[in-house]
Amino acid sequence: MAYQFSFEAIASNWELLARGVALTVVLTAIGSFVGIIIGTVGAVSRAWTLPLLSQVFTVYIECVRNTPFLVQLYFIFFGLPALGVKLNGWEASVLTMVINLGAYSTEIIRAGVMSIPKGLLEAAESLAMNRWQALRYVVLRPALKNVWPALCSQIVIVMLGSSVCSQIAAQELTYAANLIQTQTFRAFEIYLTSTLLYLMLAVLVRKCLNQIGMRFIERRKA
Amino acid sequence: MQLICVDELHKSFGDLEVLKGVSFSVKEGEVVAIIGRSGSGKSTLLRVLNGLESFGDGIVNIDGKRVSGLKADLIPLRLKVGMVFQQFNLFPHLTAGENVMLAPKVVKKESREHVTELAMEMLERVGLADKFNAYPDQLSGGQQQRVAIARALAMRPKVLLCDEITSALDPELVDEVLEVVQRLAADGMTLIMVTHEMRFAREVGDTLIFMHQGKVHEMGAPEELFTRPQTPELASFVKSVL
Amino acid sequence: MIQFTLWDIVSHLLIGMGWTVGLSFAAFILGSTAGMVMLFARISPNPLLRQLAKIYIEFFQGTPLLMQLFLLFFGLALMGIDISALATALIGLTLFTSAYLAEIWRGCVESLPFGQWEASASLAMNRWQQMRYVIIPQAVRISLPPTVGFSVQVVKGTAVTSIIGFMEITKTGTMIANATFKPMLVYGLVAIGYFLICFPLSAFARRVERRSYATYMR
Repeated sequence: MAYQFSFEAIASNWELLARGVALTVVLTAIGSFVGIIIGTVGAVSRAWTLPLLSQVFTVYIECVRNTPFLVQLYFIFFGLPALGVKLNGWEASVLTMVINLGAYSTEIIRAGVMSIPKGLLEAAESLAMNRWQALRYVVLRPALKNVWPALCSQIVIVMLGSSVCSQIAAQELTYAANLIQTQTFRAFEIYLTSTLLYLMLAVLVRKCLNQIGMRFIERRKA
Repeated sequence: MQLICVDELHKSFGDLEVLKGVSFSVKEGEVVAIIGRSGSGKSTLLRVLNGLESFGDGIVNIDGKRVSGLKADLIPLRLKVGMVFQQFNLFPHLTAGENVMLAPKVVKKESREHVTELAMEMLERVGLADKFNAYPDQLSGGQQQRVAIARALAMRPKVLLCDEITSALDPELVDEVLEVVQRLAADGMTLIMVTHEMRFAREVGDTLIFMHQGKVHEMGAPEELFTRPQTPELASFVKSVL
Repeated sequence: MIQFTLWDIVSHLLIGMGWTVGLSFAAFILGSTAGMVMLFARISPNPLLRQLAKIYIEFFQGTPLLMQLFLLFFGLALMGIDISALATALIGLTLFTSAYLAEIWRGCVESLPFGQWEASASLAMNRWQQMRYVIIPQAVRISLPPTVGFSVQVVKGTAVTSIIGFMEITKTGTMIANATFKPMLVYGLVAIGYFLICFPLSAFARRVERRSYATYMR
């Protein structure tokens, strides 16, 4: 029972890990950015019950929410080539992240849009704004502000979930850890290290998102 | 010249008829105060004039144009008719100045320099030039309502509708808002206000409308109506509020 | 080479689905129990206990489930304990579930007005009695929708255990896909399998949410 912990193997492979961390961050960033754009479109079409578009979004959301990320990933990576859509591991991972965050942010942002008091909309109307102007200038920012914390939590959850992208050889953090593990056989040490890296990432990403929220959504001068 | 002409206006919410044939007219520069018990249809009437509610039968003419209820006609209507709400409804993410500038900028597409100047002028008019950069939650209720008035004025409306604009205020904040309205009236602004401030209605109003059960029950000079009500309903209402 | 008929595929997947349901159910029950313990620790008057519970929750909410499973698997192996994929999956998911549920329930308990604690304290109840008779009964009602909602996350979480080799529906699907060269069909069926488990749970969560909202509005 005298196991000798050794982190030397990890230290010598730090570049692989750093690259893995960077790719996990990039994956999350793309997923969040595009996902929030999709989510905004989806939220508005659902809140205004735009014909067709709102139904499409309802089906999309239910499909994403009720199946595991891993299965979506496999379906896109292994299954889509049958339809002639061949994506590499990285592309499939990005696509799955976008699809997921798009669905979750649609639900979250919709709740934000619904939380805007009716009086604000009437005030905008009484100032002769049309519905797009009211949405853009009056509804969207307070709505996003109200749900930003929920959106941040969801982004962190999806980021952690992206560790399964290693299974289709997307070279993010877990992939790097697996690679080092097979080369060094220091399984516990490497997984402990990468777990702690994820923990740090979760904290940092949350901090960054809070900053972004304050900068771009709150945008207070005082 | 008649600025607003309402003839036999009807409005129902489902089975409930709230306006049962309302007729009156308003001249340019006239100050009309509408009083009545809650549920008498006062607020609904104002909301119809701003196109926030559709209506059934009847004719509404504003500035020589008939209000159609068509969506496309709403924007031109609202460019002429401003509104101030009971709950202020300031945009919480914008400063006082930005609240005033927003609509002239995005609806009328006026230049940035022009709207900044305009906002400053309007805030000055309501005595809040120093609050240009304050956010709504940094202002008292009375100040918020004055910003809301400035915001409506910045669109240069032909008539300003005030829907119980002092009802949500603490008593000590009511006067600062009424003073602003009084100044507007003195400057010749056409005003239609639903109010519970009887003293104010009597002093500032040119015309008083008493609404009762969805109809204009009595209408005339405020002094006249308050001192010599013609109907028992108005008499009992006046008695209950004085 | 063996030929798979559609029915062969489906029947194998159904067996895998049985394991998915079984694992989800067991992890949810055990996780709720452990979560209740963590909840009491998290809102305990003892600051040390509170801090420990907080670290526990933050660890499990701040790291990937896959990493938790790896650590468990290799960590126990280091201690000389040989552990099956099933046991790893069950323990891992239980810990994961307990952390999330404890945090969800803490939110519910803390959403109750502080006056409820004061009122019950003023009636000379001790902390346990306050919890038992005043706080928990109210918190349970508001916690039902998010708890049912989270059960969907548990079901979806079981898919990750396929990576450590547990033969639930996703792992079964992977093996069949490799044997039949029909990944589109097989993963499509796997997805439908999850949908059939998760959609009723999501729909139920939404319904109870609307209902509790309605009672709240009354």
